[in-house]
Amino acid sequence: MGRYVIRRLIQAIPVLLGATLLIFCIVFALPGDPIAALFGDKRPDPAIAEVLREQYHLNDPLLLQYWYYISGVLFRGDFGVNFADIPVSQIMAGKFQITLNLALTALTMEAVIGVGLGLWAALRRGKATDTMILASTLLLISVPTLVTGFVLQLLLGVKLKQWTGADIFPVAGTFAGWRSYLLPGFVLAGTSIAYLTRLTRTSLAETLRADYIRTATAKGLSRRRVVGRHGLRNALIPLVTYLGADLGNLMGGAVITETIFNLQGIGNQLFTSVYLREQPVVVGIVTVLVLVYILANLVVDLLYAVLDPRIRYE
Amino acid sequence: MTKTTPDALPAEGGPGDGPLLAVDNLHVEFQTRAGVVRAVNGVSYTVGAGETLAVLGESGSGKSVTAQAIMGILDMPPAVIPKGEIRFRGTDLLKLSEDARTQVRGQRIAMIFQDALSALNPVFTVGWQISEMFRVHRGMSKADGMKKAVELMDRVRIPAARQRVHDYPHQFSGGMRQRIMIAMSIALDPEVLIADEPTTALDVTVQAQIMELLADLQRESQMGLILITHDLGVVADVADKIAVMYAGRIVENAPVYDIYKAPAHPYTKGLLDSIPRVDLKGQELYAIKGLPPNLLDLPSGCSFNPRCPYRQDNCVTDAPPLYEISGVRSSACHYWREVLDGERQ
Repeated sequence: MGRYVIRRLIQAIPVLLGATLLIFCIVFALPGDPIAALFGDKRPDPAIAEVLREQYHLNDPLLLQYWYYISGVLFRGDFGVNFADIPVSQIMAGKFQITLNLALTALTMEAVIGVGLGLWAALRRGKATDTMILASTLLLISVPTLVTGFVLQLLLGVKLKQWTGADIFPVAGTFAGWRSYLLPGFVLAGTSIAYLTRLTRTSLAETLRADYIRTATAKGLSRRRVVGRHGLRNALIPLVTYLGADLGNLMGGAVITETIFNLQGIGNQLFTSVYLREQPVVVGIVTVLVLVYILANLVVDLLYAVLDPRIRYE
Repeated sequence: MTKTTPDALPAEGGPGDGPLLAVDNLHVEFQTRAGVVRAVNGVSYTVGAGETLAVLGESGSGKSVTAQAIMGILDMPPAVIPKGEIRFRGTDLLKLSEDARTQVRGQRIAMIFQDALSALNPVFTVGWQISEMFRVHRGMSKADGMKKAVELMDRVRIPAARQRVHDYPHQFSGGMRQRIMIAMSIALDPEVLIADEPTTALDVTVQAQIMELLADLQRESQMGLILITHDLGVVADVADKIAVMYAGRIVENAPVYDIYKAPAHPYTKGLLDSIPRVDLKGQELYAIKGLPPNLLDLPSGCSFNPRCPYRQDNCVTDAPPLYEISGVRSSACHYWREVLDGERQ
């Protein structure tokens, strides 16, 4: 097991390098001149621009630029500075916390609501409850986050406060502690909840058709024990994979939700930095996101072995 | 030995004593989109304590469905039981409440399935799965249940049971897995054991070992054994009597010796003739002509008539009843005499 973890972490290095190089190239290939962007509408003095270009290694070949960058990250933990000379690590620090809170809230909701609804639907297959759950997941998948975001913000954030007088779901910002994350968390998790509901329903329904379920019934066990012990344990395996892989998606996909609810997270920052061509910030954020992805996948793979004894790591 | 007996069921040796288990005129249908599939059409058989009944038939003959109806593990719907009785010590199981049936399942009538790899739960250790019987039905502690599991694994001759009790099903060979399945099914000393093709997924050598094990266990505990198979070779040594099924009906009932000596139904005869024999090496193997019937649309008269070498006109119009040949033999063929005499027409 320990050796497996080490091997997986070593395997992560080329993935990390590849991903950062790729994003480095893409940002490099973006049209526009970062030095020109730095001066806004004014035309920069060519001499000053040239000095700046030298300072930021912009005249060096792409691969050399990449080497300057990645060696700083790997050997000194230095993500570089932006044009205002603020260290990228400092820009990211607080914002990652906010996005992580948001993503974890969304993930919890996804697990509880998605798995719960899916199980309920699977046990009532073909009945009215099942149809209703399926229809609502379809609705949740079809309506874009922009719409659910604003609608819920209006109904639960603004109107509910007007009617009841209690500020249960804050509309924006992070001033109300964990409650600030409830509404954006749900909006962010929306489509994932719907997919997970469907996946849970299919997974359990399929498991309940398995031969060992028939065996469990033939052992004279109660329906509750057959489904709850023998069925659920097996049905959970694909769900854990989905949930783990989704943590990365939730963190990377939070841009829209963060904008709607004015959360100063990593998504918002990424958007701003791409707009401003702040190459070091963009690459820094993406690097950390890739790391989160890799770690989440590693955790999923390890959990897999716990849930399914047929999988062993040598 | 005392057993906890559910209220609705007569105790062992009680007033309902007769055959241990009697299936009487059982019908099972499946409602499908294409129509009603008549999987079992009036099957009757009995099995007594210490007796082995082999139910023989090809895929789709209704032998497994009958067994699942006895266990009460058919999915209903789509399955429906419009007619028939399944009497266990005189009590019709089909009239019992679901709770009472759950009390019978596993504890008094147990079942072994064909493919032990898929029939055992992959995520629990075999010890956990065997001991579950004791924990759930006998209220034993985990530790006591595990001890019992080791005892049972010893009893079905799994080597190093004490170490292997913590292994998972996939860590065992096919034969060992089937032994675990057997250990689990005999855990609570059932009175009837149904084995649904227990050796089909195994090597020939392992098949013989498993059959021997089942026979030994039966001798020790005097349980009634229903052995479902499509393999005539498997049953010859262990069965007392044979019921041959075709298209959801019993076509022949006979003691095992009689049936091998002289079958009384053309279908049984076809099955026996299609067994490879050393003394006829080099000759073409006999095969029954045609295909098994479509259960959605059974042929009129005798279901076997389109494939039967003995067919006469009345076979297409009149369904043959189960003719009694002797006290212990019956055949559902108008021309059982001719078949018995071995005349091919």
